Amino acid sequence: MNETYDLRSDAESHIEVHKFHAGAIVFTLVIIFFLQAFLPKYFHSLAILDLPLLVTVYFGLSRRNPSTGLLLGMAIGLIQDSLSGPTVPFGLYGIAKTVVGYLASSIGARLDTEHPAARFALTILFFGVHQGILVLERRILLAQPEVLFTLHLGIAALINAVVGVFLFVLLDRLRKPS
Amino acid sequence: MVGVPSRHKSLFLLGAMILVQVMMLAYQIRRDSQGRLLRVWTVGAISPFERAGSYGIGGVKDTWVHYFALQNTSRDNEQLRHENDVLKLQVMQLQSRVSEAERLERLLNFREAQQQVPMLGARVIGASADSATRTIYIDRGEHDGVRRNMGVITPDGIVGKVIESFANTSQVLLITDKEGGAGAMLADSRIQSPVGGTGEPLLEMKYVANDDEVKVGELAVTSGMDRIFPRDLPVGKVSEVRPGNPFKWIRLQPAANLERLEEVIVLTTLQPLDLKKDTVAPDANRTAIDDPAAQIKAASPAPPASRPGTQKPGSEKPAADKPKAPTANR
Repeated sequence: MNETYDLRSDAESHIEVHKFHAGAIVFTLVIIFFLQAFLPKYFHSLAILDLPLLVTVYFGLSRRNPSTGLLLGMAIGLIQDSLSGPTVPFGLYGIAKTVVGYLASSIGARLDTEHPAARFALTILFFGVHQGILVLERRILLAQPEVLFTLHLGIAALINAVVGVFLFVLLDRLRKPS
Repeated sequence: MVGVPSRHKSLFLLGAMILVQVMMLAYQIRRDSQGRLLRVWTVGAISPFERAGSYGIGGVKDTWVHYFALQNTSRDNEQLRHENDVLKLQVMQLQSRVSEAERLERLLNFREAQQQVPMLGARVIGASADSATRTIYIDRGEHDGVRRNMGVITPDGIVGKVIESFANTSQVLLITDKEGGAGAMLADSRIQSPVGGTGEPLLEMKYVANDDEVKVGELAVTSGMDRIFPRDLPVGKVSEVRPGNPFKWIRLQPAANLERLEEVIVLTTLQPLDLKKDTVAPDANRTAIDDPAAQIKAASPAPPASRPGTQKPGSEKPAADKPKAPTANR
């Protein structure tokens, strides 16, 4: 998964495709899912964080390959599904994060997403997309009532975006120097 | 090394991955009443085609059967028409039997209710040979105890009297004949007057004074004065009233359906009779209009002290201001 694919067209050739150290993605995922499961157990308010989503967005924006982005997003989502409770069917987060991974890779291939402000805005955007897909899945497939937006979700989007800005800086350290 | 996928390939890949996960979701999700969501979707996706196919095949089959494969239709149609005719005939026969059974049931009920009265059931076997007289022939005669001047009735009302008795047959003069008649009285006002035939379907009440009030629809019953019919048997219903000179002109519709007689009862005694009033109307379902006997029962006052069956003819005094009526039985 750590190979680099040159997806850029001529017009987008100025955007750099980042490489990561071997096992960096796997290591990151292990840590992220550990934290995602561990932190809310002791700090309930941290359940508002969606670290798998932030990782999906980051690697999608960095790798800039829609195919690998969506496959990585799907893998992260399915892992999250498998680690979630029995009320979350297998594939619920998988679909949402597949779409987010695809969109992040597609946007990352066109825009410079290295600036913290861009990362902040994109994280909020993808949080909304992720939430929208979850709502659609729950309403259509699960026939469960699910609100599209609440104040709590808005705060969660902001907090995830802030955390994402700092997390993305940490993850930048796993990149191979260009 | 993986080749560089195009944007369309990545889109296809995205679609495929989402589809796979949706199918996984659908396989896991159970709807309460319909099983797994995947099954619901599958059935929902397939059933329209099945329905369309069924309609299509059904339409083709119908078209073939109804428009092309008609080689046996004409023969079948002919056979069905024949069967239909046979069934119609059977229905008519059954209806006739039901009607006959109902009539016989009424006769039987009447007879059972009047067990103290000697009577004999008879079937009408013929009518008069000319149109000037109104007579019928019944299948009972001297061998059955039928004699001249015996009364003939139905549960609906009086019919007439026996005028000739042969060995196994009797001739009955209907009350609608010009020579027919009976002693009668109006059920409400108790005005007595003989009723006679006119040679037409209607009866005539002959000697009612113009001062007496007679209403259309009022019932006339036998008075028992003629010594042929017991008292209070339905005779007819007043259908028309006009002032006359010197008596009212009154027409009555006979209570019994004299135009369609099939079974009758012969009162096989020449002695005065008294019928049980409460059993004159055997059919409880009939309305008072349909059943004069029931109406008489409701309209009649308390029975007189002297029973008509035992009353001597002529002992009944007509009103002083009324013209004297001649004898009813001619």
